[in-house]
Amino acid sequence: MPSKLIEKTMRVNRLPHIWCPGCGHGILMRDVAQAIENCGLDPDKVVIVSGIGCSSRAAGYMNYNTLHTTHGRAIAFATGVKLANPELNVIVITGDGDATAIGGNHLIHACRRNIDLTVIVFNNNIYGMTGGQYSPTTPHGEKGTTAPYGNIDYNFDIPQLAQAAGATFTGRCTAYHAQQAIKLIEAGIKHHGFSLIEGLSVCPTYYGRKNKKGDSVKMLSWQKDNAVDVKAAAKMTPEQLEGKILIGELSRVDNKEEYTDMYMKIIEKVGGDK
Amino acid sequence: MAKTEIRMTGSGGQGVIMGTIIIAEAAYADGKQVVQCQAYGPEARGGSSKAETIVSDKRITYTKVIKPDLLLALTQVSLNKYVDCLKNKAIVVVDEDIVVPEEVEAIHTVYHLPILKGAEEVIKNKMSANIISVGVVNELLHVASQKSVEEAVLNHVPKGTEEVNLKALHYGAQLVQEAHK
Amino acid sequence: MAKRFQLLQGNEACVEGAIAAGMRFYAGYPITPSTEIAERSALRLPQVGGKFIQMEDEIGGIAAALGASVAGLKAMTATSGPGFSLKQENIGYAAIAEIPIVIVDVQREGPSTGLPTSPSQGDLMQSKWGTHGDHPVIVISPSSVQECYTECVRAFNMAERFRVPVIFLMDEIIGHLREGCELIPPEELTISNRRIDRNFNGTLAYAVQEGNYVPEYAPFGEGDKFNVTGLFHDLDGFPTNDNNITDSQERRLLDKIRMRRDRIEKWEEFDCDDCETMIICFGGTARAVHGAIEDAKEMDFVKLGMFRPITVWPFPEEALLKIIKDNKHLRQIIVAEHNDGQMLLEVQRVVEGRVPVDFLGKIDGTTITPSEVIEKVKEVY
Repeated sequence: MPSKLIEKTMRVNRLPHIWCPGCGHGILMRDVAQAIENCGLDPDKVVIVSGIGCSSRAAGYMNYNTLHTTHGRAIAFATGVKLANPELNVIVITGDGDATAIGGNHLIHACRRNIDLTVIVFNNNIYGMTGGQYSPTTPHGEKGTTAPYGNIDYNFDIPQLAQAAGATFTGRCTAYHAQQAIKLIEAGIKHHGFSLIEGLSVCPTYYGRKNKKGDSVKMLSWQKDNAVDVKAAAKMTPEQLEGKILIGELSRVDNKEEYTDMYMKIIEKVGGDK
Repeated sequence: MAKTEIRMTGSGGQGVIMGTIIIAEAAYADGKQVVQCQAYGPEARGGSSKAETIVSDKRITYTKVIKPDLLLALTQVSLNKYVDCLKNKAIVVVDEDIVVPEEVEAIHTVYHLPILKGAEEVIKNKMSANIISVGVVNELLHVASQKSVEEAVLNHVPKGTEEVNLKALHYGAQLVQEAHK
Repeated sequence: MAKRFQLLQGNEACVEGAIAAGMRFYAGYPITPSTEIAERSALRLPQVGGKFIQMEDEIGGIAAALGASVAGLKAMTATSGPGFSLKQENIGYAAIAEIPIVIVDVQREGPSTGLPTSPSQGDLMQSKWGTHGDHPVIVISPSSVQECYTECVRAFNMAERFRVPVIFLMDEIIGHLREGCELIPPEELTISNRRIDRNFNGTLAYAVQEGNYVPEYAPFGEGDKFNVTGLFHDLDGFPTNDNNITDSQERRLLDKIRMRRDRIEKWEEFDCDDCETMIICFGGTARAVHGAIEDAKEMDFVKLGMFRPITVWPFPEEALLKIIKDNKHLRQIIVAEHNDGQMLLEVQRVVEGRVPVDFLGKIDGTTITPSEVIEKVKEVY
């Protein structure tokens, strides 16, 4: 029996999902649904936009207006949806490859515009749908099917990238820390401007197996042991933070005007609102 | 009126495209059939620029000027480039310093007019050379009424320069009248 | 109140036609020779309550326009050769997800960066086959500034009525040409809107209702939560790998155009019923052909005619065959276009040797002139 939350927010007849046993995406998808619920949004006014890849299949399972687009383009489609009808709450679910490789340009420019989208990147450090190729977030030195001798690319820090590009809200959460993740996503949705949340997922099938990270439990345990809340981290020394990942709200700007608000002002100014 | 083909040439930034648009718009306002088009390269300033307007009482099919009734050239380079392609007994207008080949002077009616100098010294606005040119062209061909040309000029010049540009327009016409004296 | 008759550039008239048709969203990226379409959209759309956005790239341009269309606005993007290549994937997305959109391609000489400011018609085949996979597409090509206005209205009508991407295939000749244009107000035009059904509530978003040939639609945000995807999907809009469903969906997508060609095709015939040489052309080339026909009349020359597809895809083949059948004087067809022979292939396919077909093409960035048409007629007569 599905839980009440699942019953309410998911298309139960579309389940079970296609993700592998042990994949972190299911947890993150549930976190997004719970955050939408917590925000009290009208489901009819919620739009989930996704691109292509494992993460992007989430849209099809969620009982909102869902737009499963082309590879890398979710944020660009979402920009059109939001500008066309600013009343809609537009949430993008994307992956590390979708958002930061093929769609990297759309990501940074949406950050720059400060358009009110909430982008949640399910980061599993690998291209899962195509079978385990290295992505922009595969750590340096680790393996993928296209990095059989170890990855010589350096990886992105997605929230830092977004912050530098102008995102007015950035944060990171993990599949393990569900409660914190829900709160963070909630804050991201409520933020009036561009929000970027990196959701660290786990991919035991490809990334884990290729890099001897153990099974899903082991990978989630790693998240438990190595994620440090940004507030706690403030009291820690650089030595103590060595090898740790920061989670929580990482940056926030509240005084930058939002894109669609500015556009509506233009319409008003030139008389198009009559 | 019969189909009249006008070609204005110069270097990019001199405004010859705008000149042909103003003539086309004025003639269109008078109920004539018009087409206007231009050829240009990648340069926004400098390079050579060619713009054309065709005016006729009848529907205009082919959109490009084949053999112009009037060629106006503001630079030597643009004259050299287009001088070989003219209608029989055409009108050629060049800026005063431009050298026109003798054989061209022999077959066509050539006007050497101080357009660029007039813009700088009389109108005191270098950017008005194209409007002077419009005045010249319309005084020579009368493709549009004076009222329509003035309105078209006012539609296209920056705010605050209306007076100076109307002055330029009239100066252009005056240059032709003086040449005819 | 705007003046009803204005001297406009083809690119500007296209925007005015789009707005008259109900366009309220434009997203694009600057590219010569189509940039004036973006510039005028930026100026005009907010004046009518619409939205303009300059995106970070060409792909973002079509993607944002599609997103806006899903949200319920009539949307357009415009580009030229290189940008048209970049937009192709999402044209296929629009086709399979059945999202109405108008994509303007102001053709310039290619391939690659080519000659950015010079005319060409080299994207004719790309406009039909540019995106991968079998897909429905309607392509309309104007040959005057007035048609940039009126045919753009028709492009929107087709996009909305059939829920397909419509390519408005302009060329530099017409895009940058200025001539008189009558800005016919919307109330005097036929305007089609997508049929809205607000009661399916996500259950069968892609089912075709009785008496219709495309599924009705509900914009996002109005209570009918459904799924849109570029994967093959069932009537409920959800992905499926079922081969039977794939087959029936694909056939329905193709048939909604194929079976209704009579409502889509449009062409111009000029002296086609008794000409000896008929010139087939489209877009800006028609102006030179028309000029040649006028010149020929003054010269006591071969009797010329012109057949001009306005809807270039689907190609009006029945109309062409009828002319060939009815015109007993016809002894020669010449296809004139600014490419290396693209419409030529289609004409040869349709004519099947019933009449000799010759070709006049130009790929140097200059335009075909009336005298070149006359010369070609002389050469092959």
